[in-house]
Amino acid sequence: MSSTLLPKPQMRGLLAKRLRFHIVGAMIVSVGCALIYKFGVAEPRKRAYADFYKNYDSMKDFEAMKEAGVFESVQPKNS
Amino acid sequence: MATPHVPCPALRPSAGVTFQTGARMLASRAFNLIGKRAISTSICMRGHGIAKVEDFSLPNYVDRRTIPLPEVEYVKNLSAEQKALKEKEKASWSALSIDEKVGLYHIKFNETFAEMNRGSREWKTVVGGILFFIGFTGLIVIWQRMYVYGPIPHTFSEEWIAMQTKRMLDMRINPIEGFSAKWDYDKNEWKK
Repeated sequence: MSSTLLPKPQMRGLLAKRLRFHIVGAMIVSVGCALIYKFGVAEPRKRAYADFYKNYDSMKDFEAMKEAGVFESVQPKNS
Repeated sequence: MATPHVPCPALRPSAGVTFQTGARMLASRAFNLIGKRAISTSICMRGHGIAKVEDFSLPNYVDRRTIPLPEVEYVKNLSAEQKALKEKEKASWSALSIDEKVGLYHIKFNETFAEMNRGSREWKTVVGGILFFIGFTGLIVIWQRMYVYGPIPHTFSEEWIAMQTKRMLDMRINPIEGFSAKWDYDKNEWKK
């Protein structure tokens, strides 16, 4: 057993130190998750919808679906 | 060391009284049973000595993080030098050398906190066992798929899936971000 003294360990403020570390970390992680979701999922989705509907002709789409024969109320024109 | 434990005579109900009719016993028969039990109990009291004290019922020593000061000291029977150490402990503690202090510690405790908290190599066995049994389960699942399950429905055939896909595209399923969004309706093929 060596006779040199070990440095005195931290005796006080242990909970405060742990709380500060974890609260700061939790804030960063949660805000980070929100930002990642916003710019990874929400914004691209909003852009995709906007782009789709910018030049969307619903009547043309309807005619195409009708000719394909997926409706029950209207039939394709040559049937 | 102790007198052998004499079990009390088995308390059987008197002849003619079954357990099924026990709830509806006649008063006279019930009194009979109670009388027999009273006599049996006093016989038991006279037959007993002091029960043998098992080792596990005494206060014991454990090395545990949550029990920093166990119920008894670690060393029960001190050797001669340990006894001398204990005598020296009664004097001023600053006269003790470091090794003597460590000796006194090891009379009272077995492992230090560092020793009792040390990790082990058990995790390798655990992980290996987990993977092995998952693999074995996989073999069972494969056997089950081959020999237990019947054929899959006809709606999983290639032609049916093709017809199904065409109909989904005709219906414009998820045209913005999903299924039909990946189909190029002008060129009639999947988007690159």
